[in-house]
Order: sequence, then structure tokens, then C-alpha cells
Amino acid sequence: MPELLQFAFSGLTVGAVYALVALGFTLIYNASDVVNFAQGEFVMLGGMITVFLHLAGLPLPIAAVAAILITVLVGLALYAFAIDLARGSGAVQIIIITIGASIFLRGVAQVVFDKRFHALPAWFGSDPIRIGGAAILPQSLVVLAGAALIVALIFLMIDRTILGRAILATATNRLAARLVGIPVRRIVALSFALSAAIGAVAGLLVTPITLTSYDVGTLMALKGFAAAMLGGMGSAPGAIVGGVLLGLAESFGAGLISSKYKDAIAFLIILFTLFVRPQGLFGKRVTERV
Amino acid sequence: MERLLRNRWALVLGLALVLATLPLAFPSNYYFRVAALVNIFALAAIGLNLLMGYAGQVSLGHAGFMGIGAYAVAIGASRFGLHGIVAMLAGAAVAGLLAFLVGRPILRLKGHYLAVATLGLGLLISMVLTNEAGWTGGPDGMAVPRLELFGMRLRGPDTWYMISAGALVLGVILALNLIESPTGRAMRAIHDSEIAARVVGVDVAAYKLKIFVISAIYASIAGSLMAFLNGHITPDGTAGFLRSVELVTMVVLGGLGSVLGAIVGAAMLVILPQALTIFHEYEHLLLGLIIMASMILLPRGVIPSLLARLRGGGA
Repeated sequence: MPELLQFAFSGLTVGAVYALVALGFTLIYNASDVVNFAQGEFVMLGGMITVFLHLAGLPLPIAAVAAILITVLVGLALYAFAIDLARGSGAVQIIIITIGASIFLRGVAQVVFDKRFHALPAWFGSDPIRIGGAAILPQSLVVLAGAALIVALIFLMIDRTILGRAILATATNRLAARLVGIPVRRIVALSFALSAAIGAVAGLLVTPITLTSYDVGTLMALKGFAAAMLGGMGSAPGAIVGGVLLGLAESFGAGLISSKYKDAIAFLIILFTLFVRPQGLFGKRVTERV
Repeated sequence: MERLLRNRWALVLGLALVLATLPLAFPSNYYFRVAALVNIFALAAIGLNLLMGYAGQVSLGHAGFMGIGAYAVAIGASRFGLHGIVAMLAGAAVAGLLAFLVGRPILRLKGHYLAVATLGLGLLISMVLTNEAGWTGGPDGMAVPRLELFGMRLRGPDTWYMISAGALVLGVILALNLIESPTGRAMRAIHDSEIAARVVGVDVAAYKLKIFVISAIYASIAGSLMAFLNGHITPDGTAGFLRSVELVTMVVLGGLGSVLGAIVGAAMLVILPQALTIFHEYEHLLLGLIIMASMILLPRGVIPSLLARLRGGGA
């Protein structure tokens, strides 16, 4: 039993990060129909910039805030210099552009930083807390709490503020949103900025546990994308459920079946889910109008 | 010029002519190697283009089939003592069979769901190649035994240039014939409107599956040729996600639905990074920039843009 509890905790921790990445995917997708494969690089940048600013002598909290701000600028630049220029292109072209952007950002990180693994100090030390025979790192709780806080803030913002309403309107119908005077392009830019911020926070929260390096973004993007699809593309609750399920599947798969194939187990689950429910868990079944 | 580009036998003849005369301009074996790589990736891209450009189905995991072809010749020859050609055909059969088995459920998916499913398939293949180290040598890869034909050991890049060029011409002929066949018309109908195609009686699922299997076999043969050319293969180098992305980019960059485009796209994406290796550290950075810039500047692809210009100028 303690093992199962252990798997559950580590699955939840990883799943929380996937959920944040998937939420970032969903925000951008809803605002602009863009599937942003550079989402994982935001996670990488959040971790790596914090590490290097901290090494340069900045106190950790300031380094973290600066890392988030820089990542937001990168997100805005991605929108302005790539996505916005390719408006009107097909979905495949846009996907390739964002994959190109992720290769580019990785290349930049490799030159500006280095190719080694880096860690950050855990926020509240690294003495494990014992619960029911399972050992939990305090940082895991930080990740869970941080993820929950971000999710709550995003949902509150979308639900309660006029800005959130504008995002929702843009997601529902871009033309109608423009007609009622919503600056759609600024909303899309905002969604890139928000996604970048969410990714950066996820990165700096999880780096004390998983370490970071210039190339952690690719797999993160693939997992986040998969989580978003598992939940149903475009559904924010789906993204979060999908992320957590994916993390749990990986953790239990690695513990009970084979640690070599933990990534494979996750993708097998996704394939089977899509075979049964082609629109994802929370996705709406769309009927194509002819 | 436009009519020339549209005539399929003119295209085949022109291609064969270019492939035959190019070596005269090659100063060293290095050029033969790069040109052979262009041929090989062009072959895979043509197959993927049938799927993407004609049947309208995206695959973000196509390098997985290249990996199957590459490892088939390496494992078949070293562990089972199969002749290289037999191993290559066995690889193509395995890739085709796998595509046949997973194709039906996967191709039911649409848009981004199809993208994630094919991506997952590609990742699964490359994970198996990475993890089954007893068979595949793991992440460091394995050596590929040289192919022997009529008592000769085929190893020089110039030899493999000739062989890959022959394979490419053959692949082009088969693809062009397929496009002109009833299957090709059905595919284009599916591309334009799946529902309309179904309404007029096209068995959409069966045709999609057929093209998926064909494109997998193209990729597998290309993978086998790459393994023979390089003499050493790794999971990332043959079946990795980045390879799949490169294949998709070649197809779109050259022009969706253009056989010639797939060749042009492959040539651009193989040769440009070779030219960039002098920038060493900046390789990824520049590759990312190239991919982004080519999609922003030429979203419709080189060949269709060129055709449109020719048409505009001629009229």
C-alpha cells in the first residue's frame, strides 16, 4: 500500500506540471486555433533563466520573477514575429512554425546557457514528509499548491473579469468578438503572454525536483499536448484532468509495469482513449456541417 | 514550362536526367553522401506527401516507419543472417503491416487528434528502438552490416547515390501513377471534402488506410537505404520526433500535393543544415529559424508558388 500512495503522490506532482502545460496549450488554442508546440520551451526557460540569474547572484525570488517576465516577453515575441506574420496559413503550417520556434529557442538556450543539467534549491528544504508510509518532498506540495493557485486564478479571471470575458468571447467566435469591439489580436497576444507565464511558473516550481536543461522542453510540450488532447482540445477543465491523469498513468505505469516504458504507457493510454472517444474526455462531439 | 511541370513523363525524364548528370559536378565523396541523403529523404517525403497532400491526413510520426526500415536491415542482417535486400523487404512488410493494423482506428481521428495519435505512434516506435537494447543497441545505436550484391560489397557513397537515385525515380513513377489512378482521384476527393466523397460512394476509410500503408512502405524503404548509406543507425537519427518534423516540413515546404515539391523540400532541408554545420553551436538555432522563415514566407510551398507565378506570367 505505501508504494501505491507513493506512486500517487509522484504522479500528482508530475501531473500538475503537465496540467499547467496543457492549460497553456488550451488558452492559446482557444484564442487563436494555434497549437503551440513551443509551450514546453516556456517551461524550460522558466527553470533555466531562474537558475542562471540565481547563479549570477540575484536572490531566488527576484530571479524567479525576472524569469517569468523574460519568458512572457519571449511568448509575446513568438506571437508578434512568427504567429501573427503567418495569419491565414493552414493548421499544418502553423504547427510547423511553432515546432521551428521550439527548436530555435532550444538552440538559443544551448548557446546562452549551456548543455548541462541544473537544479534549484527546494523552497522548504528537502527532508521528506512521511504520510502513511510514503515519503513526500516538501517541494511536491509546493508544486501542487502552486498549480492549484494558478488554475484557480485563471478560472477566476476568466469567470469574473471583463478581460476574461473578452478572452471567452474571442474563443467562442472571433468575428463576433471583433464586431462587438474586442481587440482580438491583443487578446490573442495576451493569451500567448499568459501561457508563457504559466509555463515559466511550472518550470521554476518543478526544477528543484526534476532538474532542468536546455532540452527538457520537447518532451514537456509533447506530454502537455497529449494531456490537452486526452482531456479534449479546447476544454480548460479537460486540460487539467488530462494532465493529472497522464501524470498518474506514467507514475503507476513506471512503478507497476516498467520504468523504461513509462512514456510509452502514457501514449498507449492516450491512443486507446482516442480510439474509444475520438473527441477526448471532455471534448464536445462536433458534427460537421456540409 | 508549366505544361512541362505537369506532364508526368517529362517530370520523370527530367529527374532521371538531373540525377544522372549531377555526379559530374561532384568534387568529392562528401557530395555524393549529401546527394544520396537528399534522394532518400525525398523518397520518404513523396510517400508522406501522398498521405498529406492528396489524402489530406497529417502524420507527425512518420519517421517511426523510417526507423522500422533502418532497424530491419541492421537487425535482419546481423542477428538473423538475412540478405540485406530480403531484410529491407521484410522491413517494408513490417512497416506496412503495422500501418495496416493501427491505420483504421488512427485515421478515424481528425485534425489535431490525428496529429497527436500519429505523434504517439512515432514516439512508441522510437521508444521500443531505444529500450530494447539487446536487439537494437539502445540509444547509442548499432552498426549496419554492408550490403553484398553479386559478390561486391556496396559501401561507397557514390554507389549508394546511384542506388538511391534509382529508388527515387522508381518511387516517383509509382507515386505519379497512383495519383493518376482511380485511387488518386478518390484521394483528392477525400482531401477536398470527406463528406462529399463519402456521399458519392468513395469508401473513405479504405482509401485512407491504403495510402497510409503505402506511405509507410515508402518511409521504410527510405529508412533501409539510409541505414545502408550511413553504416550506423540510432533511434533518434532514424525514428526521432525531430526526423518526423523534418519530413512534414519537407512536404509542406516543397508544396503539398506536389511530387516534385517533396523532392525540392527534401533537398532544401538536407542541404541547408549541411551548409550550416560550420556554425556548429548555432546549428539548432539556425535550423529553427529556417523552418519558421520558410513556413512564414512560403506557406503554400515552393513548387505551387512557382506554378502560380508561371501561370500568372504566361496568361
